[in-house]
Amino acid sequence: MTALEVEDLRVGFGTGADHREVVGGISFSVAAGECLAIVGESGSGKSVSARSLIGLAGPGARVSAAKLELHGTDVRDFPDRRWRDIRGREVGFILQDALVSLDPLRSVGKEISETLTLHRWGNATTRHARVLELLELVGVPEPQLRARQLSGELSGGQRQRALIASAIALDPLLLIADEPTTALDVTVQAQIVDLLHETKARGKALLVISHDLAVVARLADRVAVMNHGVIVEQGPTAQVLSNPKDSYTQRLLDAVPSAHSRGTRLSPTTPSQFVSSARQTRAATKGETLIAVDHVSKSYKGLDGVTRTVVNDVSFELGVGETLGVVGESGSGKTTVARLVLAVTEPDSGRITLKGEQWSGIAEKLRRPRRRLVTTVYQDPLSSFDPRWSAARLILDALPQDRYEGPARRARVDELLSLVGLSADFGPRRPLQLSGGQRQRVAIARALAPEPSVIVCDESVSALDVSIQAQVLDLLSDIQQQLDVSYLFISHDLGVIHHVSDRVLVMHNGRIVEQGSAGDIFEKPQDAYTKQLLSSLPRIQQVAGK
Amino acid sequence: MTTIESRTALVGTTGARRAAAPAVFRRLRIGPILSVLFLLFLVAAVVDPSLLAHFQPLAVDPSRSLQAPSAGHIFGTDESGRDVFSRVVYGAAPSLSIGLVATALGIVIAVVLGALAGLGGRVVDAVIGRFLEVLFAFPALLLALLFVTIFGASVTSLIISVGLGSAPGYARMVRGQIISVKNAPYVEASYVLGHSSSRVLRRTILPNAMRPLLVLGTLGIGQSIVWASSLSFLGLGAAPPAPEWGAMLADGRDFISSAWWVELFPGAMIVLVTLATTSLGRYLQRRLEGRGADA
Repeated sequence: MTALEVEDLRVGFGTGADHREVVGGISFSVAAGECLAIVGESGSGKSVSARSLIGLAGPGARVSAAKLELHGTDVRDFPDRRWRDIRGREVGFILQDALVSLDPLRSVGKEISETLTLHRWGNATTRHARVLELLELVGVPEPQLRARQLSGELSGGQRQRALIASAIALDPLLLIADEPTTALDVTVQAQIVDLLHETKARGKALLVISHDLAVVARLADRVAVMNHGVIVEQGPTAQVLSNPKDSYTQRLLDAVPSAHSRGTRLSPTTPSQFVSSARQTRAATKGETLIAVDHVSKSYKGLDGVTRTVVNDVSFELGVGETLGVVGESGSGKTTVARLVLAVTEPDSGRITLKGEQWSGIAEKLRRPRRRLVTTVYQDPLSSFDPRWSAARLILDALPQDRYEGPARRARVDELLSLVGLSADFGPRRPLQLSGGQRQRVAIARALAPEPSVIVCDESVSALDVSIQAQVLDLLSDIQQQLDVSYLFISHDLGVIHHVSDRVLVMHNGRIVEQGSAGDIFEKPQDAYTKQLLSSLPRIQQVAGK
Repeated sequence: MTTIESRTALVGTTGARRAAAPAVFRRLRIGPILSVLFLLFLVAAVVDPSLLAHFQPLAVDPSRSLQAPSAGHIFGTDESGRDVFSRVVYGAAPSLSIGLVATALGIVIAVVLGALAGLGGRVVDAVIGRFLEVLFAFPALLLALLFVTIFGASVTSLIISVGLGSAPGYARMVRGQIISVKNAPYVEASYVLGHSSSRVLRRTILPNAMRPLLVLGTLGIGQSIVWASSLSFLGLGAAPPAPEWGAMLADGRDFISSAWWVELFPGAMIVLVTLATTSLGRYLQRRLEGRGADA
């Protein structure tokens, strides 16, 4: 039975001359017991398509379709009231951000039973029983206890489960999930994918919106690839992912970093040209130790007064021109390691040296002249930029003060911009006038400006679309080849870590559970946790057989 | 094309109608334009009142007392036969300068207190915090009243008292801003680049923390003018014959039933100035914060 049939769906915003069509006539259908995934990058129109299916395209949106049938019923002319009835009962919707989609002031049980109450399902007693049953169904442990807790007391994975529970509360035949696994750790991600699988096995139709091809590969029966508001390719998952017909799909697949992409370029770009890399000092030679972290621990006192050890007896070394990948789930202490290396936080015990000299536990005055050697590229470049400054000003501010006088400073800014693949025209632009990828390029230019030996990249590519991520990863590797800069590369994305790292540290609960060469860690993991982490990694190749 | 006919608009379009009305206002920006025009008129009145007014504000003419608005005296005359329009025009300078200077003073005090509280550590923050709470506990007008009573009624003490009265509100905002900016990732980014604390404070923390003050200050001018006028009305500011809007209001209250114009026009000016600065402040707020918010 066809649960959803869409023909020539168009969504536009604005009127008259301002009219912009963001979805330009797409057609697809989802049958019961089937999962269709719409994949595409941000701005491709995938999210707004999904939202317009349940009448939530947003204010000012103009939605039209030649055909829009839900379980065989034409729903195009339904008034708001009928839509409210349909949402929840006929169509379940799982929102993008589990971490903020739940009301922080209401218990999880109340949140779930609200759907039931709205549709006048049962009475208070049966509703409570249903909530517990649902929580059990989605795999939330101790449902009695959890139902009484506020959403803030649940972990990210549990919150996502609670959201799914409320979406399936009334047993709708069609479930629409917008990026259901984004922002979740890989192990939790795998559990949610399994949960959605079970839902599908119970005969539900599933429409999943995602930018993550690996997740899609594990979940979907069919895939529709969207680009610029149109579906460029649609077909069985294995076929689309292993044998794409469309060049955009091919590029999207090539851009995914993985074990197989090591040493290759991810984006169809040529290596960036370096203007005067000769000025870069090359004091150290490759292989020499740059940063040594020796039995370092760090603990924080939480709001509840309990002291938690976030980094526990961690030791590692970073050599010149090397990329050290740090991987682990959120809360594993990765970011604290980055902050310790950046010396924005001091270790409780142990010591860190930079080029053989003391780096931790010294006066800021002694550290300041050497700060330029260790710079960073943040996950969210926007918040790391002074909002008043232009791109050029941001880079100018990072130039070493004793070098480059007068006009040479300006010239150096343009040079750095061209180094990261931006023309000098970008200089006067403010961060808000730049795209996500351009911002990250400016952030990299700023990190390069002081001529560092080490760049700490804390989830630097995690917020980017896969094709932009590919370009930035390529750029980072070009820079490394030319300037012998070292990277401490932190990511939760195993594919990215595998692609960029020479050596890898696996962190779990503040400890390094395993470290070694990228090949050893990914091919012959020794530690039980590493094995678990790797097994939960969704791979496109599993389906595509690539 | 058959699809064109068969294609029906879905529910999403209901939002379009709702969004259409405010869009018109957003484009025309009537409020800010009128505000700017009115403020230009006031600037002219402050720079050279004789351009706009044909009578001296203090020129008494008992034969023409309490005349209703006419072509000769468009705002009428008061009980001493002085032209109300001229008095309103000449009154712009003292009334506005009290508002502006008092707001500026309030902001300066606030920046000092707020910056100390935000940067000075726990103890300083606690002391200043409690001090501000005490100031908050008194209604600002009462505080100003107290001050004027102690130091005597004059324009200077009026300015100081209104400035003091408005300082706690700004100070709290400055403190909050500094604390939030201090912990912003871009400040940390600045330290990581090896900049000294004083440089980061000067070039990054303070300028960013002060950004909302421009808007709040504009909004505050109207408030200060109202306060200053209230104090003048109570006889605690400008002395009676001087053309100050608050004092004029006080003069006119005896004739409110027989000669409404003496009361109405200075009152209307206070309302209009407040409206104009507030509307302009809101406009600036939308512009600046909008730019900060959307990506």
